[in-house]
Amino acid sequence: MIRTQDITKSFGENEVLKGITTEFYDGKPNLIIGSSGAGKTVLLKLLVGLFTPTTGKVFYDDVDLFSLDDDAIREVRMKVGMLFQGNALFDSMTVGENIRFPMDMFTKKTLKEKTKRVDECLEMVNMEGINDRFPSEVSGGMQKRVGIARAMVLEPKYLFCDEPNSGLDPKTSILIDELICDLTNRNNITTVINTHDMNSVMGIGDNIVLLKDGHLVWQGDKTQVLESEKEVLQDFIFASPFLRRLREDALKQRHAHD
Amino acid sequence: MVIDNMLYNLGRYVTLMRSTVARPEKFSMYYKETIRQMDAIGVGSVFIVLLISVFIGMVTAVQFADQLGDSFVPSYYIGYIVRDITIIEMAPTITCLVLAGKVGSNIAAEIGGMRQKEHIDAMEIMGVNTAAYLIMPKVLAAVVVIPMLVAISAFVSIIGGYISTVLPGTISHTEYVLGLRSFFVPRYVFMMFVKAAVFAFLLTSVSCYMGYYVKGGSIELGEASTNAVVVSDVLILVFDFLIALLLT
Repeated sequence: MIRTQDITKSFGENEVLKGITTEFYDGKPNLIIGSSGAGKTVLLKLLVGLFTPTTGKVFYDDVDLFSLDDDAIREVRMKVGMLFQGNALFDSMTVGENIRFPMDMFTKKTLKEKTKRVDECLEMVNMEGINDRFPSEVSGGMQKRVGIARAMVLEPKYLFCDEPNSGLDPKTSILIDELICDLTNRNNITTVINTHDMNSVMGIGDNIVLLKDGHLVWQGDKTQVLESEKEVLQDFIFASPFLRRLREDALKQRHAHD
Repeated sequence: MVIDNMLYNLGRYVTLMRSTVARPEKFSMYYKETIRQMDAIGVGSVFIVLLISVFIGMVTAVQFADQLGDSFVPSYYIGYIVRDITIIEMAPTITCLVLAGKVGSNIAAEIGGMRQKEHIDAMEIMGVNTAAYLIMPKVLAAVVVIPMLVAISAFVSIIGGYISTVLPGTISHTEYVLGLRSFFVPRYVFMMFVKAAVFAFLLTSVSCYMGYYVKGGSIELGEASTNAVVVSDVLILVFDFLIALLLT
């Protein structure tokens, strides 16, 4: 579990995060949602230690991340996998080499063992047989999957995904969501996903944190999203008249069923 | 304001350089990367170094032959002057100024591009000490191969001087060789290697620093690349003077 305690983050005069206290649970996808500029990416980068908070603490289980020295932080990070918005695959390496890189750097496995693990990871994301292709030779959706495979290669305890659906068509987005959800449940890892994709929210949102102007304004799950009357949540999730009508219909159906 | 900025950058540069000196996560990965960089910096720069060196030697010899003219200075001095100018100044300084343009801008653009594409963040999250992994092999490779390039440059410059004066018949082969063998001070060769190693460290570390802290987009990346060359060149000239003061 990851826990934040009264986190604030300022860049100069600009306070981007304002007193965020929340928890991200094991074995379920935890979503951070909010409009652009709400502070989602800053919070995610803070959770992985790429930014340090101005005030407040981040706990990995019961370990305060920012009380650790650089070496200890690196040890924690070896239990972390991250999928970046732009995938961050190394262009000069093949897909196989990209996935193998963390093992090359941190393990004493033989080449045969590493190749076997690369194949397992590619199979896990349904991308067998593309080891020798370069990232530029595969589609955006495939790059996302390769990014997930690389993030999973050292069997992380914590998985972070920054906008995993950005730039993907709705069908591929859903496949990526299902894949992340499946890996999270199967491996019982703490997954934190930064998104503003409403399909993700309603599909895999087991724990949703809504940010607005740097404040945590709502937290709940996908079933509560539909029921909640909180205006800031409804304005964000059901932004268009079409989506509002859908919500009303869904609520009517639910009440009729009850 | 300018001084504040300089001090800020100096502090950040020193801090970055300090964090590059760390125990490698895996020695073999650093070794492989260092060899790759040696190939890129060394082998990749041989042609340009040969080209500029032969012309520097030729121009130095022709100019000096013209200066001597009908004076009473013996003509074998042409070989002597070409040798010393090349070893003391031309080979280390001009070669490193050119390499700052070729290698330095390339390093700044490579690391800056990695920063912008979040490759550095990805490595950080994997637990890699990015300052050490991305910078140390480059600096180490440069400090080893650039002195070799400078030695090649000095040799080729001297041959250039021979081509431009002996082949047209300005002086004889014997006179040029006599000049090369006269008044030799071994300390100058030591000075050449000291300069080459110091300049190699400066041009790679400054370029890595410029790339490592790039923010923004392609315009900022271009600026970082330009700044890497400009700052490296200025520092090379300043340290050229300081080394000359210290070692002569």
